[in-house]
Amino acid sequence: MSGKTLFDKIWDSHVVRAEPDGTTLLYIDRQLVHEVTSPQAFEGLKLAGRRPRRPGATLAVPDHNVPTTDRRLGIADRISAIQIQTLEDNCREFGITLFNMSDVRQGIVHVIGPEQGFTLPGTTIVCGDSHTSTHGAFGALAFGIGTSEVEHVLATQCLVQKRPKTMEIRVDGVLSDRCSAKDVILAIIGKIGTAGGTGYVIEYTGSVIRGLSMEGRMTLCNMSIEGGARAGMVAPDEKTIAYIKGRPLAPTGASFDQATTAWQQLKTDDDAKYDATVVLKAEEIAPQVSWGTSPGMVSGVDDRVPDPKKMADEKIRQATERALEYMGLIANTPITDIHIDRVFIGSCTNSRIEDLRLAASFAKGKHVAKTVRAMVVPGSGLVKQQAEEEGIDRVFTAAGFEWREPGCSMCLAMNADVLQPGERCASTSNRNFEGRQGAGGRTHLVSPAMAVAAAVEGHFVDIRHWK
Amino acid sequence: MQPFTQLTGLVAALDRVNVDTDQIIPKQFLKTIKRTGLREGLFFDWRKQKDGSPDPAFFLNQARYQGATILLTRDNFGCGSSREHAPWALLDQGFRSVIASSFADIFYNNCFQNGILPVVLQAGEIQVLMREVLATPGYQLTVDLGQQTVTSPSGATYRFTIDPFRKDCLYRGLDSIGLTLQHESAIADYEARRRAEAPWLFTDLRV
Repeated sequence: MSGKTLFDKIWDSHVVRAEPDGTTLLYIDRQLVHEVTSPQAFEGLKLAGRRPRRPGATLAVPDHNVPTTDRRLGIADRISAIQIQTLEDNCREFGITLFNMSDVRQGIVHVIGPEQGFTLPGTTIVCGDSHTSTHGAFGALAFGIGTSEVEHVLATQCLVQKRPKTMEIRVDGVLSDRCSAKDVILAIIGKIGTAGGTGYVIEYTGSVIRGLSMEGRMTLCNMSIEGGARAGMVAPDEKTIAYIKGRPLAPTGASFDQATTAWQQLKTDDDAKYDATVVLKAEEIAPQVSWGTSPGMVSGVDDRVPDPKKMADEKIRQATERALEYMGLIANTPITDIHIDRVFIGSCTNSRIEDLRLAASFAKGKHVAKTVRAMVVPGSGLVKQQAEEEGIDRVFTAAGFEWREPGCSMCLAMNADVLQPGERCASTSNRNFEGRQGAGGRTHLVSPAMAVAAAVEGHFVDIRHWK
Repeated sequence: MQPFTQLTGLVAALDRVNVDTDQIIPKQFLKTIKRTGLREGLFFDWRKQKDGSPDPAFFLNQARYQGATILLTRDNFGCGSSREHAPWALLDQGFRSVIASSFADIFYNNCFQNGILPVVLQAGEIQVLMREVLATPGYQLTVDLGQQTVTSPSGATYRFTIDPFRKDCLYRGLDSIGLTLQHESAIADYEARRRAEAPWLFTDLRV
């Protein structure tokens, strides 16, 4: 018998029962809940007269709708306010812990899970949010679900699943200076395509992945869904254990030691087989910039906007033509000639303290171009607090960036942070779909370092050579 | 949930790849706390021209597609966000089945929770159907879940595969939470076993 992958080990330890056809009742250790995808789930519970099976296994936080301006002013949008109030009411009624808008621990659901020690290796974690894949950075099986399944997990602590396939994505070599986890994941999506991971759980391996910090691994796993994979994971190691230790919801004392022993077993056996393997060389990864309306439409910054005329496949050519028209780009334009109007540094992909430290190190002593409006939105209240203790907020504000309150903000523009039609934005977020950051808005996905350089110069620059 | 057995209905063709859930239902419609009434948000940005008036070229604005119950589209339909508002909006518009060459996982799954049958056919088969639909106003298909077939007006039949458990739940309109709760004792046994192995997973996180 061949060995087990990391995924196999986690899956096998969560099987409540399995039917002969492979339909599996999978135990879910933990659920994160936010205001947008939960109201109908709680309503369903109420209509059926059901209660959460383990309210103590769930953590709730509003993030999508929250304003990133002064919280004392409340929420101007009445419908957003109702949705956030509904989350508070539901959590009170069902006994679920909530970090409300005035709590310093409030933030983006995928930032606060790891920050609080809620996210642990070897666990199954779900949330009504596709970027739940983020938590796979800890060697957890974490994936996004719909609202009906949010209700299912609340009521039963289980989900009905079929075993997905496994894909290894190995990145070996040495990343060039100033390239980051964001460039790695964008390059991966560029290679496998936005549906390349459909039906798979990805395990990221190789020297580059091992070399990433925990926060870099979160950035990486976060965008697994943009490659079509519901989950992406990295085997836990000493960095993982060190990151978790001492966090508020993490095990302590003897319990932590016992957990650590178990976590150290969570790696793919040498003789295990993946269903597919994809290999990338780090040396071939340039700083990435998306040019289209799907995350797979991405190039190195030293490249040009692609030319649909050179594309053989008719469907791809049409999709590219449409994307370039929406994006207002001309084929063969050097990426570095693309000028921007806005910069957004934030989102569950790139709003953690390391992202902000790195971005600030590039912003220091520089100033945002006159033609650009740039904002920084920390991922949580605690990230914001930490950044302010380190003086990072002052670096940004001195450089002309807006420093805001935590939340999802302009990643999906459900709150007041919205692109105007035609505005072009360098964004550290995860999706460049049409209208994602505002109807008619044009999004280019980049790393935090690339976003800062674009803010300062007013157009994209190759961060490797930027002074 | 409404069962799905067999459906014969008007087909609307959306000839695009990678249609993401942000297009199916943009963010401003996610502020609702209800599952219903999402029809007005369906493909909201694509329905309009720059001046805000309805775009006559957009498929759902065309008279020939009014009353359609089957949506025909292409690769990777429903990619992106997990928002179940996407199938809710399609259902509110009257769609009970979506036929495509592939679907994104979460969207595919969400369809089954809402009585919508997602059908995967080969890209070549989609190409044939797409051509026929675009060329033929009033074009109807019959989607038969029991037989796992799609039948065109010419009598051509396309077979599709589907997970047997999902098929059964959809065919009978079963409450999936109710089904899982029938295994309550297995869940309790699992929890007792797991609690002994990994007690740190069973601390109450309420703070």
